[in-house]
Amino acid sequence: MERSSVFDMIGPVMIGPSSSHTAGVVRIGRVGVKLLGGVPDEAEIIFYNSFAQTYEGHGSDRAIVAGLMDFDTDDARIKDAFDHAKDKLTYKFRSVGNASTKHPNTVFLRLKKGDKKIELEGESRGGGVIRISNFNGFASGFTANLHTLVVTTDDAQGSIAFISDIISHDDCNIATMTVSRKGKNDVACQIIEMDSGINDITLQYIRHIKWVHDVIYIPVI
Amino acid sequence: MCFLFDSFEGWKTYSQTHNQQLHEVVLDYEKEQKGASESDIWSGLAKAYQVMKDAVHTGTTEEMKSRSGMIDNGAKKVANSDITVLSPEFKLLISSALGAKEVNSCMGRVVAAPTAGASGILPGVFTTLQSIHHLEDQTIYEALLIGAGVALILEQKASLAGAVGGCQAETGSAAAMASAGIVYCLGGSTDQIFNAAGITIQCMLGLVCDPVAGLVEVPCVVRNASAAAIANSSAQIALSHVSSVIPVDECAEAMGEVGQSMESRYKETAQGGLAATKTGQALAKKILIQDIEILPSQDAEED
Repeated sequence: MERSSVFDMIGPVMIGPSSSHTAGVVRIGRVGVKLLGGVPDEAEIIFYNSFAQTYEGHGSDRAIVAGLMDFDTDDARIKDAFDHAKDKLTYKFRSVGNASTKHPNTVFLRLKKGDKKIELEGESRGGGVIRISNFNGFASGFTANLHTLVVTTDDAQGSIAFISDIISHDDCNIATMTVSRKGKNDVACQIIEMDSGINDITLQYIRHIKWVHDVIYIPVI
Repeated sequence: MCFLFDSFEGWKTYSQTHNQQLHEVVLDYEKEQKGASESDIWSGLAKAYQVMKDAVHTGTTEEMKSRSGMIDNGAKKVANSDITVLSPEFKLLISSALGAKEVNSCMGRVVAAPTAGASGILPGVFTTLQSIHHLEDQTIYEALLIGAGVALILEQKASLAGAVGGCQAETGSAAAMASAGIVYCLGGSTDQIFNAAGITIQCMLGLVCDPVAGLVEVPCVVRNASAAAIANSSAQIALSHVSSVIPVDECAEAMGEVGQSMESRYKETAQGGLAATKTGQALAKKILIQDIEILPSQDAEED
């Protein structure tokens, strides 16, 4: 788990009545935009547990739509996010209570842009701090407070060492790394949090490796 | 290797062995853990404090009526009241804390310190303290760093989220941050700073999160005012060399324990306490749209 910043404690500067229900939710939406590679055309949004009953009252519905429009946490347009999303993004909300295995403030997103579809699950942990607990069925735990690389690969021997070696040659220190796979010799996903940004040429190199399916780079959000 | 804010005792020992003031330990943490430059940290704190000052000003001068109608210019009413219960300074503290929080309830811009639900406390406390004692902004920035250190520890030992630890985790943490900051600004020792935080936690312990209609309005706004008052009473007590008896680390652990054993209806779910009262439920019915689908459990759902 990545450590919090002084500016998670004295911050963020934000719009909306509750940091768990607004600032954190905006950030989860923005991670969704980065993972999808752009603002979605369609979004299915499920609010869990504490979120399920209070998302309207706390403005979490506006916050997630604002995040999916890639608005920042202190953007004054959050208040009117539904108006701004008109003609750009269709969305529907669902609530699920009592999901005891999930964090009290969990939101699930199923996003679509053209042919591309992704799913992610984020936890809003208070004060705008988030944790992305799942991406496309792969367990994860990144916070978007660091530079994050999401690499989907074949479940091949040596792939972890290979990718981390490339990153180290770009002078990036790995802070945390989560690796999981669908099954043996199936698809695996490496989620790597780094202390500094990565160069585009390194990303291109990783993309060209034949057992790499997809590379997503998320700078600090 | 910087200090990682896992305990108050450790913070004190580290500051002594490294011959640093408490806020300098926080500064080094941010520099090392986040790669931030010192000038960026100071300008970040300056920006945060400016937003806090603006929120107090907006909340006490502009129209502050929330969409639900439950918040209706409370800060202005206090500021303009003919009656002064204790002193003009106390009235200023209360109206400032209310005002900054009302801005937040009305979808305005605030600093979540540590959370938006508690965003009136530090602004109310520090703007009032600054006006009474004519403090430099720089002193307030250092106090904010100390507050951040307090919150970093509370985040590890307890929680800062109402949904995890109840209202004590939000307004209680903010009040502890503020009281530590007050003692620092008025020249208190490390022990006095920690005693103030400990005493504040003792006063805020057990407070449940029971927002009427699930909105961060009632009782959140008035609790920002009372938490600001408690931060000041604790600072007064600690600065007078009164001990918290239970060390602040243990107070923080108690807050974590109480938060964990609190039933979920008292953790921001709007199902217990004031939210569950007759009037609270009637308000919820009136304010919130009722046709929200609630499935019995995730386990029963195929996703």
